[in-house]
Amino acid sequence: MRHGKYPFVIGFLFAPVALYVTFVIWPYAQAFQISMTNWRGLSAPQWVGFDNYRRLLDDGAFWKAVQHHGVLLLALPLITIAIALFFAFLLNVGGKSSGGQRQGVWGAKFYRVVFFFPQVLAVAIIAVLFQMVYRPNESGLINGVLMKFGIEPILFLVKPNLALWSIIAVLVWQAVGFYVVLFSAGMASIPGEIYEAAEMDGATKVTLFFRVTLPLLWDTLQVAWVYLGIAAFDAFAIVAVLSVDGGGPDGATTVLAMEIYRNAFVYSKYGYASAMGVALFFLTLTFAALTLRLTKRESVEY
Amino acid sequence: MNPQSTLPPTPAALPPKTGDPSAPAGSGHKGPRSEVRFFAGLGHVALAVWAVIVIVPILWTFLAAFKNTSEIFSSPWTLPAELRWENFGRAWTKAHVGRYFLNSVIVVSCSTFLTMLLGSMAAYVLARYKFWGNRAVYFLFVSGLAFPVFLALVPLFFVVKNLGLLDTHTGVVLVYSAYSLPFTVFFLAAFFKTLPSSVAEAGMIDGCGHTRLFFQVMMPMAKPGLISVTIFNIIGQWAQYQLPLVLLSNAKDKWVLTQGIADISVNAGYEADWSGLFAALTIAILPMIIVYAVFQRQIQAGLTSGAVK
Repeated sequence: MRHGKYPFVIGFLFAPVALYVTFVIWPYAQAFQISMTNWRGLSAPQWVGFDNYRRLLDDGAFWKAVQHHGVLLLALPLITIAIALFFAFLLNVGGKSSGGQRQGVWGAKFYRVVFFFPQVLAVAIIAVLFQMVYRPNESGLINGVLMKFGIEPILFLVKPNLALWSIIAVLVWQAVGFYVVLFSAGMASIPGEIYEAAEMDGATKVTLFFRVTLPLLWDTLQVAWVYLGIAAFDAFAIVAVLSVDGGGPDGATTVLAMEIYRNAFVYSKYGYASAMGVALFFLTLTFAALTLRLTKRESVEY
Repeated sequence: MNPQSTLPPTPAALPPKTGDPSAPAGSGHKGPRSEVRFFAGLGHVALAVWAVIVIVPILWTFLAAFKNTSEIFSSPWTLPAELRWENFGRAWTKAHVGRYFLNSVIVVSCSTFLTMLLGSMAAYVLARYKFWGNRAVYFLFVSGLAFPVFLALVPLFFVVKNLGLLDTHTGVVLVYSAYSLPFTVFFLAAFFKTLPSSVAEAGMIDGCGHTRLFFQVMMPMAKPGLISVTIFNIIGQWAQYQLPLVLLSNAKDKWVLTQGIADISVNAGYEADWSGLFAALTIAILPMIIVYAVFQRQIQAGLTSGAVK
C-alpha cells in the first residue's frame, strides 16, 4: 500500500515549499543580513555591523512609533474586549431564562450580523470612509452636525493629541463585531446548568458575568488579546490612509510599519528600514511571549 | 491543567447567599425580574447605539454618493435632492474604479485558488504521511505565522524585482499565496488529521493512487474545512493594502481596489470631486454587503475559525 510514497510526497510538497521559501523564508533571512549594511539600492551593500541599530536609538521618529505601539497595545485590546464582552454577554445571557435555556436579548441575531459587518471591509476602505466622517468642516459626518448646532468643529486628525485616539476609535469600530462573535461562541459552550445553579444561589447578572462567564471564557480572552496585540503592531493601512501625511501631524500617529515603508520606499534607506523591521519583529515576539506567560492561568474544566 | 492550583471561583464555590435578606430563596422572584428588565432595557439602548454607530457612516456614504459637492457641504444630513447616477459613472470610468475592482477580482480569485491548491496539497501530505523531515517542513510553514510581513518587505521587493515580476499581477498572486500558506497549512493539516483513515485505506485497496485518492476522496471529505479557509483567504487577500502598494507602485492600470480607493481619496482633495469619491466608496462597499448578506453564516465561521480552532 505504501509503494510509491516518496515520489508522491515530494511531488506534492515541491511547489508549496518552493513558493514559500522563495517569497517568505528567503526574504526574512535576508532582512537580518541587510539590517547590518548601509545599502541604498545602487552600489553594493557595505557591512556596518550594528550601526543602524545604534542610529535607531537616537531616532525620534522610531521612539515615537514605539510609544504609539505601546498606547495601541494597551488601548486597543482593553477597549475592544470590554465593549465586545459587554455586548456578547447581553446577546447571549442578557435576556430572561425560560425552561433552563439561557436567552439573549430580543434581536440578538440582527445585532450580531450588523456588528460583524465592518470586519468584512478592507481597512484601507474603512480609512477612506472615516476620512469623510472626520472631515474638519461642514461636509464631515460628525462636524456637520456639530456646526449645525453652532459648535466649533473638532479637528480629529489634525490635533496631535487627538489624532491617535481618532485612529484607535476606527480600529475599535471595526474590531468589536469580530470579538462579539468570538466571545459568543465561547459563551455558547458554557453549560446552562452552571448559570442556573449560580442563579439559584442568588447570583445577580453582574455576579454571573464576573464570577461565571469571565473565568470560563479566559482562554478565549487570551486569544483575543494576542490577536489585538498583533493588530496593534501592524496598523499600517489605517495610519497610511487615514492620518495626515502618513503618520502625521508631525509624527503624532506614526507606527513602525509606516516608518519602515517611508525609509525603504521613499528614502531608499534599505539597510536602516530592515533594522527597523528586525526591531519590530523582536517587539512582536516579546509581546507574544509575555502575554502567554502573564495570562497563563488554569483553565477550568466543565 | 494543574488541579492543585487556585481555581477561579466556580459556581459551586460562590459564597452562599442565605444570609442575604434581599435574596431569600423563595421570594427572590421580584428582585431578579426587575433586574432582568433593567438590564434588558439598558442593554437594548447600548446595542442599538452601537448598531447606529456601525450603520450610519456607511448609509451616509451611500446617500452622499448621489449628491453634488454643494449639497455635500450645505446639507450633509439630508437626502439627496435627486439621484445623480452620473457620480457613479464618473467614479467607474474616470477614476478607474471599474478597472481596480476587476483587478482585485482577478488577483484574489487566482491567488486564493493557488493558495488553496498548494496549501491543501502540503497540509495533506504533512498530516497523513510519515516521512523523514515531516516535522521540519511543518514547522517551517507554521513559523511564518510568527513573523510580521514588514520584516520581509525590503528583501521581498527585491526578490520580486529580480524575478522580473514587479508591477505584474503574477507577482502579486504568487506573493499573496506564499504569505497565506502558513495559516492555510496550519489549519488544514489539523483538519486532515481528523478525517478517518478507513476510507483512505479502502480507496487504496481498490487500486486508487495517492494523487487520485487526494483529489477524489480526501478533498471532498475535507470540504467544510476548505470552505472556512477559502473564505478566510478571500477576505484577507481582498483587504491587502501594503503588499500591492509596494509591488505594483509603478503600474497604475494594475492597481487593486484598496490602493485605488486610497489614491482617489488623495486626488479628491485636489479635484474637489467629493461626490465621485463617495460613489467610489459605495462601489467598494456595496458588493461586500451583498456577499455578506448571502454568506453571513459562513463568513463569520470562516473568519473566526482561526481563533476558535
